[in-house]
Amino acid sequence: MKCAAQSSDKFRNGCLTLLSAAAFAALIWWAASSLDGYKLRIINLIAINAILGLSLNLIYGMTGMFSLGHAGFMAIGAYVSALLILSPEQKTTMWILKPITPLLLNIHAPFVVSLIAAGLAAAIFGCLIALPVLRLGGDYLGIATLGFSEIIRILITNLTPITNGSLGLKGIPAHTNIWMSYGCLAVVLVCVVRIMNSNFGNVLRAVRDDEIAARTMGIDTFRARVLAFTIGCFGGGLGGALMGNLITTIDPKMFMITQTYNLLMIVVVGGLGSITGSIVGAVVVTTMLEWLRIVENPVSIGGFEIPGIPGMRMVIFSLLLIVVIIFRREGIMGMREFSWSWFFRTGSRGTEGGGQG
Amino acid sequence: MHVMSLDMFMQHFINALGLGSLYGLIAIGYTMVYGILRLINFAHGDIFMLGAYFVFFATVQYKLPWAVGVLAAILGATLCGILVDRVAYRPLRSAPRISALISAIGVSFFIENLSVVVFSGMPRPVVQPPLLMKAFSVGGIRLVPLALLVPVISFLLVAALMWLIYRTRPGLAMRSISHDIETTRLMGVSVDKIIALTFAIGSALAAVAGIMWALRYPRVEPFMGIVPGFKAFIAAVFGGIGSIPGAMLGGLSLGFVEIMSIAFFPSLSGYRDAFAFVLLIVILLVKPTGLMGEKLEDKI
Repeated sequence: MKCAAQSSDKFRNGCLTLLSAAAFAALIWWAASSLDGYKLRIINLIAINAILGLSLNLIYGMTGMFSLGHAGFMAIGAYVSALLILSPEQKTTMWILKPITPLLLNIHAPFVVSLIAAGLAAAIFGCLIALPVLRLGGDYLGIATLGFSEIIRILITNLTPITNGSLGLKGIPAHTNIWMSYGCLAVVLVCVVRIMNSNFGNVLRAVRDDEIAARTMGIDTFRARVLAFTIGCFGGGLGGALMGNLITTIDPKMFMITQTYNLLMIVVVGGLGSITGSIVGAVVVTTMLEWLRIVENPVSIGGFEIPGIPGMRMVIFSLLLIVVIIFRREGIMGMREFSWSWFFRTGSRGTEGGGQG
Repeated sequence: MHVMSLDMFMQHFINALGLGSLYGLIAIGYTMVYGILRLINFAHGDIFMLGAYFVFFATVQYKLPWAVGVLAAILGATLCGILVDRVAYRPLRSAPRISALISAIGVSFFIENLSVVVFSGMPRPVVQPPLLMKAFSVGGIRLVPLALLVPVISFLLVAALMWLIYRTRPGLAMRSISHDIETTRLMGVSVDKIIALTFAIGSALAAVAGIMWALRYPRVEPFMGIVPGFKAFIAAVFGGIGSIPGAMLGGLSLGFVEIMSIAFFPSLSGYRDAFAFVLLIVILLVKPTGLMGEKLEDKI
């Protein structure tokens, strides 16, 4: 009896997952055809932030490595992708201060290839950094990764023949559309869910919860940490590339520590270690950051003109980060996950990972 | 490599001494808080910025005499430091350390952006007192009194701090907390007060550094604390976190590395801000406890 009930549950959950995926695809189709450019941009940004949040969550929330280097990996991804996409004509006119390296001038690739290359470049770089740095623990790791992210930014600013220096890259074709960004998000989501439901996911949780105990059990914790970090960096590079192709201009100032703070906010607000949380966090934080632009514009209430206060947006944003961490440390989701059985409150509450909406 | 005369070298030497001792002064605040709470106080660089702003407002805007302005700035920044601890860190004392760290990032972000709102994001020029800028020359080296004043004041303050920590009862309590906070509490020490005192001292030193920084590089802006703050933290790690002479040594090392490498290799000037991070990664890999640090054992 129980077995039959379980398999019928499984069937129901599978159907519901397929149905909601179809409904979501229809929603995207509707959004792509009827929403204006500004709204579409925010919707795209939500998907990109969700990808970045998921990848940071894999490093920090699920494996417990406090990394503050995500902006650097995003920068690598964004630059690799842009350098592959820009046409040779664009490149010759853009490099004003110094000519571009001939090797890079004629290199050209389609968008999807550039996305994969961006992810791979960030992953390779992340792995190289991880090998020495992941021997450190806790907040030292945070500072060291932050240091690497700053070094990447300073290199990008100074390696003018490759990156066009502080002028940045302009006129990147706006390849990122809503299908592309949500397609990437779906792939990343499936990958992260599969990782966390696999034995490797258990290894990562063990490393996070008690590294010494995990090592005693015979787990090669260092290898697990390097692998998780590398995968997370791939996500960072992919997200950076998508963002570059959405905004169409990139420069080194885009990838300052503030960028990492925003991602940290997404992960913390959503719930450290929760996949669902990162997505909820991306929706909440991205929408809120846009919505908060109101306080910077003048508003009139009942005839009174209240002048907008430039900079107030980030004040409220940072205040919220402090409030969340003091009063609701576990974020919106805590470590819980969305699953259909959790949704219907049948069976045990949300311990089995089900279909992600 | 750039060949230079002895005079030029001495000029760079004094420059590095000044910059290094400023890094050292800021680093002390980081190292004291980390030594006691194992917390990277990200907001420390912003307290430094507030010190610079307060002295700017007191002397340039409200035309107060310099002595009064400096005192007011130190006092203001000290109060801000204590407030940060009270509001953002104390509620998280028993929480996982990473929560306090995120709170610290939030506070730093908050102070910077609030400063943009209150002070405006535009950089503002600081009027230097003429007395400190009257150039004189010693054996071919042109100097202004400020260049000598900065290291002298820094070293005097460090000496006073060492006395406080090793010769007074609050200092004893601080050292005790850094070894074992719970036992210290059981001994009847009001731990929260001592921690507040630690933040007060660190913030006061950061404010002094901020004031001298504003005099040396005569302008203030809301984000001026970020880069010196990070570099000072790196200096603290380099010298050995938890050690006050270590912080000063780390600050001086960093000052010399930055000034001298650019003096000898001018083509590297674009990479100036990267030196500190390279230094950090090297020391973390070679000797994670820093030059003068004690080994922090992982408690199992």
